[in-house]
Amino acid sequence: MRLIVASVLITCCMLVGAEPTRLPPDQLAKAIRSDEISIPTPGELFAALEKPGKPNWTGQYRGPVSTTYNNRAQIALNLGGLIADGFIAVEAQDGQQVKNIGTDIIKLAKALGVSQNVLSRGNSINEFAEHNEWDALQEELEATQNEVKSSMQTHRDQDLVILVSVGGWIRGTQVVSASVMQNYDERSARVLRQPALVEYIHSKMDDISPDVRNEPLVKEVTDQLVGVEKLVSFPPATTPSIDEVRKVHEAVGKIMDEIQQKDGK
Amino acid sequence: MKSLMFALSILAANLFPLVAAPETDQEVEARKAALDLAGAFSNDGFKMRDGHWCGTVKPHEHALIAVNLYAGNQYWFSVGATSPAKKLVVSVYDEAGKEVATESYSSGEKAAAGFSPVSSGQYYVMVALAEGEASSVCFVYSYK
Repeated sequence: MRLIVASVLITCCMLVGAEPTRLPPDQLAKAIRSDEISIPTPGELFAALEKPGKPNWTGQYRGPVSTTYNNRAQIALNLGGLIADGFIAVEAQDGQQVKNIGTDIIKLAKALGVSQNVLSRGNSINEFAEHNEWDALQEELEATQNEVKSSMQTHRDQDLVILVSVGGWIRGTQVVSASVMQNYDERSARVLRQPALVEYIHSKMDDISPDVRNEPLVKEVTDQLVGVEKLVSFPPATTPSIDEVRKVHEAVGKIMDEIQQKDGK
Repeated sequence: MKSLMFALSILAANLFPLVAAPETDQEVEARKAALDLAGAFSNDGFKMRDGHWCGTVKPHEHALIAVNLYAGNQYWFSVGATSPAKKLVVSVYDEAGKEVATESYSSGEKAAAGFSPVSSGQYYVMVALAEGEASSVCFVYSYK
């Protein structure tokens, strides 16, 4: 590690005075984008949120989510949301809540027919929660999410992969916007700016097969993301006001309500 | 026989376009190198993302990877490669394509760049081969 620090310092010194280069737009457009690298986890979002001060994580809990949906797209969206709930419970360091959410995650994953590997993650989540291993739990939740997506790809359920990410991002944004509204802080509010991320999610939603894309719930979520994209597209140097944060919260809250609705569209 | 193999490969590509191709041995090695380097940052409280990207870089070419970052977090982008790569360089660009100042580390087949964004949004991580021949590379990132 000392070697790394020394090398870092040397390179930093060499960078001083160097003229920054600029990449042309066509090169930026061709950049590699993937679900597992270009979409941040709820854990990353929450890490940024708590920099100015620890939020009231338990205040962000929601009531139990149904685990008996019939529609696979709705299950995938809710699975993503539940994984985000798992990250909230980890931030709150609430072992029992982590275990409850872990159980629900596995129920939804089973309903999608995912692999045995995913199911065994449930045991690990319980074990880590039992021993208050919060860092390990964060890793396990992310690994569970990736395992679910990988299993979906193997079972030719690629369309559902982006829905898991969408559910997680919407639930994460709902929690962050609620927390910022409760205790407004400019630094926290700035984490809501993610125009390219929503644009990427939107483009992935457009790529899914017509039969899934035309399902009423998926269509509704896709349509509403257009509005959300506008709300999180403020210029880089500006901070959203509390009213602007409220608008984001209302928009993602509306989508989340529809995702959760038992007798959904 | 060749045409049969060709036909089968076309068929396979059409039937299984969604399943990620398995990583080559070189990519697995490159990933191990990247994880080794990222592991050093874990000692400083950085959490490693479970996801990664593997590919090939050639001399005078680079890989550009889009990431979405949050203001307030600190990030380290770690890259590992296999021989015959001799020197890798990692640099970061903002959403307008302007290079941002980073802390940098480069040692043979491993390199990293550290960055704390002031603004949330999309950034681009460039992985370039400064010395050596075409090699497999793997990219991971950590945050805190």
